[in-house]
Amino acid sequence: MWFSDPAVWEEVLSTAQMMWDGLLETLAMTLLSTLFGYILGLPIGVTLAVTDRDGIRPNAAVYKVLDVVANIIRSIPFLILLILIMPVTRMLVGKSYGTAATVVPLTVAAAPFIGRMIESSLKEVDHGVIEAAQSMGAGTMTIIVRVLLVEARTSILVGVTIALGTILGYSAMAGIVGGGGLGDIAMRYGYYRYESEIMIVAVILLVVLVQIFQTIGMKISVKLDRRKR
Amino acid sequence: MAGIIEVRGLSKTFVTKDANVEALQGIDLSIGAGDIYGIIGMSGAGKSTLVRCLNFLERPTAGTVEIEGRDLNSMSEKELRAKRAEIAMIFQHFNLLMQKNVTDNICFPLLYGGVGKKDGGTRGAMTKKEARKRAEELLEIVGMSEKAKAYPSQLSGGQKQRVAIARALAANPKILLCDEATSALDPQTTQSILQLLKQINREYGITIVIITHEMSVVREICSHVAIIGGGRLVEQGKVADIFEHPKTKEAKELIVKGRGEERRTLESRQRDLMKGKCCVRIVFSVNSSFEPVIANMVLRFGQPINILRADTKNVEGIARGEMILSLPDDVKLQEEMKAYLVERGLAVEEVDGYVV
Repeated sequence: MWFSDPAVWEEVLSTAQMMWDGLLETLAMTLLSTLFGYILGLPIGVTLAVTDRDGIRPNAAVYKVLDVVANIIRSIPFLILLILIMPVTRMLVGKSYGTAATVVPLTVAAAPFIGRMIESSLKEVDHGVIEAAQSMGAGTMTIIVRVLLVEARTSILVGVTIALGTILGYSAMAGIVGGGGLGDIAMRYGYYRYESEIMIVAVILLVVLVQIFQTIGMKISVKLDRRKR
Repeated sequence: MAGIIEVRGLSKTFVTKDANVEALQGIDLSIGAGDIYGIIGMSGAGKSTLVRCLNFLERPTAGTVEIEGRDLNSMSEKELRAKRAEIAMIFQHFNLLMQKNVTDNICFPLLYGGVGKKDGGTRGAMTKKEARKRAEELLEIVGMSEKAKAYPSQLSGGQKQRVAIARALAANPKILLCDEATSALDPQTTQSILQLLKQINREYGITIVIITHEMSVVREICSHVAIIGGGRLVEQGKVADIFEHPKTKEAKELIVKGRGEERRTLESRQRDLMKGKCCVRIVFSVNSSFEPVIANMVLRFGQPINILRADTKNVEGIARGEMILSLPDDVKLQEEMKAYLVERGLAVEEVDGYVV
């Protein structure tokens, strides 16, 4: 029988090991890129929201520059961006392939997109509350930290959830250039070697990951929202 | 004597793509310390812009605003922010932080308002603990102590405005600006908020500027009033004088409009009177107005009756008299009176408070 054959078990075990490694790589790529994406994207988004015409510190020049740059980066297809910034990646990480190297283009792609989401979250904040803070003599930084980011908290967290899902999708594409992770596995086995079983398992794992991110993200954002009775 | 707020020649023009909108033109105001000063006008008259010019949330295009003799134009951004901490403001839609509870909302100006201590300001002068303690006192003043931990979404409109007032009082302001502070509230709640403002004015000597479109608000608590129409100041003076001798068309219009509001307040008082009483509504047709029915009924039964309301209503082009009477408590007498009225050809209908 096949299950008494140690060779079969060995293969199952090594496949499981590969999947596990792929899962961890995907998680690492996604979480790190999201983190770096927010480190870059949060200031971008705040600046966009604050310097816009009806923001608290309108500045047409700053807004326009950020606006155009963010749009340019967002309109470059991720795959092209990945290849375009390889020199930068090599400079930062030392090589242009592998999991760590993928974090660089992922972050670059994510930052303007995250900035846009932050911008729209902050613009949802009721202008009256901002005016109230101004009437108390609060300055621009105080209003950003103590009013905008606080009042937009729920919306920002929903944004984080969306960002995680999107970046996870991008990370799978990085498999094409040997980026590692579940997407890489699905690509190598499914596309190049026609071993569709392995591809299916990898894709299912990706789906499950997105579901988990989505569920946890929404739970947290709802829990932290004080606007309900 | 110069007032605590002196506005001279103030104009504000908004530049939009299509046209320049002159929201305010040449406004002169003098508001004395300790006054409750009403600024009233129809919507779109520019009164909200005017109140925002008083603390420079909007910079006027021309003219000066002096607070306690200091011209706001001459102040740096930093000085201006420090000054704003002394001019508190409450709003139509309360503008509380929805993600923070009542106590944290009240602590906000104490912890983050004005300018930092380094710049000679007062921000951070209080520790969180001290601010909480102050918030507790303020909640006591506005009668909201038991809601200290509640979030704004759990409060009614009147309660939210009370919290907003507590927040406004936190930094011991000299001036309180109220921008349509009662316009989102029902008549009863409006009353209680106005009483609270009156109390604050009396006990702490805070000068209050009230922006409103409701004449009843002005009459209820204001000592002085300015009427704004089409971006201009059309009339100002003591409330009593303007009520007795309105000079301008705008003033007259607002007073007439105010009568309607007054009637609504009266009606709500009437409803209280009617509680637990037997009341009837009678409608006079054209013929019945020849006989003094009510007077005759009083003479006949030897019992006083209370006329709660008398009015003429135009129904399909015919004037019809309508009265609401409160009958004596004696049930037998009530029945006899009703029968008497029906005999005289009047429509008689028993009513409770909600029918009015």
